[in-house]
Amino acid sequence: MTTTPSSVGIVHTQYHTFAEKEPFRLESGAVLSPVTLAYETYGTLNAERSNAILICHALSGSAHAAGFHAPDDHKGGWWDDCIGPGKAFDTDRYFVICSNVLGSCYGSTGPTESNPATGKPYGLQFPVVTIGDMVRAQIRLIDYLGIDQLFCVAGGSMGGMQVLEWAAHHPQRLKAAIPLATTGRHSPMLIALSEVGRQAIYADPHWQSGDYYDKPQKPDAGLAVARMVGHITYLSDESMNLKFGRRLQDREKFGFEFQTEFQVESYLKYNGNNFTRRFDANSYLYVTKAMDYFDLTEPTGTLAGSFVHSADIKYLVVSFTSDWLYPTYHSKELVTALTAVNADVTFLDIESTWGHDAFLLEVETMTRLLGSFLDRLWVEENGG
Amino acid sequence: MTNLQSPISNLSTLRPDLSVIASLIPAGVRLLDLGCGDGELLDFLVHEKQVRGRGIELSEEGVLACVRRGLTVRQGNLEEGLADYPDASFDYVVLSQTLPFLDDPAMILQEMLRVGQKAVVSFPNWGYWRCRLDLLLNGRIPHAPDLPQSWYEPPRWQAMTVSDFIALSRELNVRLLDEVYMAAGKRSPRSWFKNLLATTAVYVLTA
Repeated sequence: MTTTPSSVGIVHTQYHTFAEKEPFRLESGAVLSPVTLAYETYGTLNAERSNAILICHALSGSAHAAGFHAPDDHKGGWWDDCIGPGKAFDTDRYFVICSNVLGSCYGSTGPTESNPATGKPYGLQFPVVTIGDMVRAQIRLIDYLGIDQLFCVAGGSMGGMQVLEWAAHHPQRLKAAIPLATTGRHSPMLIALSEVGRQAIYADPHWQSGDYYDKPQKPDAGLAVARMVGHITYLSDESMNLKFGRRLQDREKFGFEFQTEFQVESYLKYNGNNFTRRFDANSYLYVTKAMDYFDLTEPTGTLAGSFVHSADIKYLVVSFTSDWLYPTYHSKELVTALTAVNADVTFLDIESTWGHDAFLLEVETMTRLLGSFLDRLWVEENGG
Repeated sequence: MTNLQSPISNLSTLRPDLSVIASLIPAGVRLLDLGCGDGELLDFLVHEKQVRGRGIELSEEGVLACVRRGLTVRQGNLEEGLADYPDASFDYVVLSQTLPFLDDPAMILQEMLRVGQKAVVSFPNWGYWRCRLDLLLNGRIPHAPDLPQSWYEPPRWQAMTVSDFIALSRELNVRLLDEVYMAAGKRSPRSWFKNLLATTAVYVLTA
């Protein structure tokens, strides 16, 4: 069958609340009660409950991965290019789920949500969460949806870390894993970049040690700088040359003044400011911290050690040539570890100039690659 | 999504040297195909001979074509690809028409016999009589009949002959378990003149 790629249409975010009686225990030892996850689903769960794919989002993502919330929305979900009828994650065949991670600010329990103990937003009272905690919360959602085993778990960047966490620590719950532009171990460079973002937030006087929700001003300046640093790391030298060059914004020559002059400055400023309207500074701290803690070489000392019981999963590992944030060697280390445990692993380093953002932008190659990989698994499971 | 391409249905549609290699591989074995290209051989072996196959391929287009065929392939060069596999991971490791392009063929052969019990190697033979005549009479570096590529075209190759390969296998203490010689796309008889008559040679090796 060949379908012209189309949209999943109008979708609604749903909410699942759990751990109301028995608290949800975090890796740190802290507990949360209750816990809510915001999630969306696309397509239909089949009678065997065997066609579910979980999509994991990156740092600033939400449960809104595909479709539109309202008919006049000008922008679709964050991975709308790859989720829908006839797309890589074909919703005519698969039941696609995406949930907002614990600690984020798009409807799941996090620092912006009300702390039942005080009736006020958690702020820094919210316990530090890990990628492992995020995934264990997702498992509660998957349990609630009545799914024993996911057909596939897929995601890029921090989403890829969740994919690897699923594969390493809950291998019986998935058949296939697609970690994209990601790592099994957050590197010192990545931790350093996270810390610059966090320091920008701490340095904003409106941050108020995280207690700003009832104040007239939020730490927007700090969060905007954090996002600007982030944006630089999602691009590449080459993509910045192509996208902006040294072109000036709305002017012909230098003003010899400290205004926004270059297009690249204007882009960063716009995106930084824009981000403050859609993301929370405290959530930025929590989610980046979760990534920094991520290290699958623990506790065995090797990456392969974490996948010893995960060799039955089929893997598609993808990196991008110009991604300097999660350089190809991170993915190759994963491939080496998975090969060492004799797992079925397909790997491609996709030629791209787009840097880390490529996993969202190289739609054509991704559609071919992911679509073919999933097709094969589908045929193996269900016959031709 | 479109469905998987239907697998190739018989040996005769394979490239001639691949069809010889396929005939040397028992059904159901664990196999690694080095430089598997668009996956033609692997597709046949996996879908027709129930081989548990893996491939290593350098080009993005090749990897995409292999995944389209439903194959498990990793992108990379042979050195780093082979290094990841534990000893004796495979029954067979295949290297078809790639030997003259390698920087370190001896190392790759040894690696093949480390990760696999047996290796199957095919290569174009510059010992073929027309190649010799070409150099003798025209003073030009000959094209191998089964590799029509000039010396200045990438990727670079190093001419080699059946006798060169046999000498190397002795030096590496590698045993030749089976040998097939081809000329003009057909099997040619084994003879004392194989180095003169074969355009492509196929060997099954073991350590």
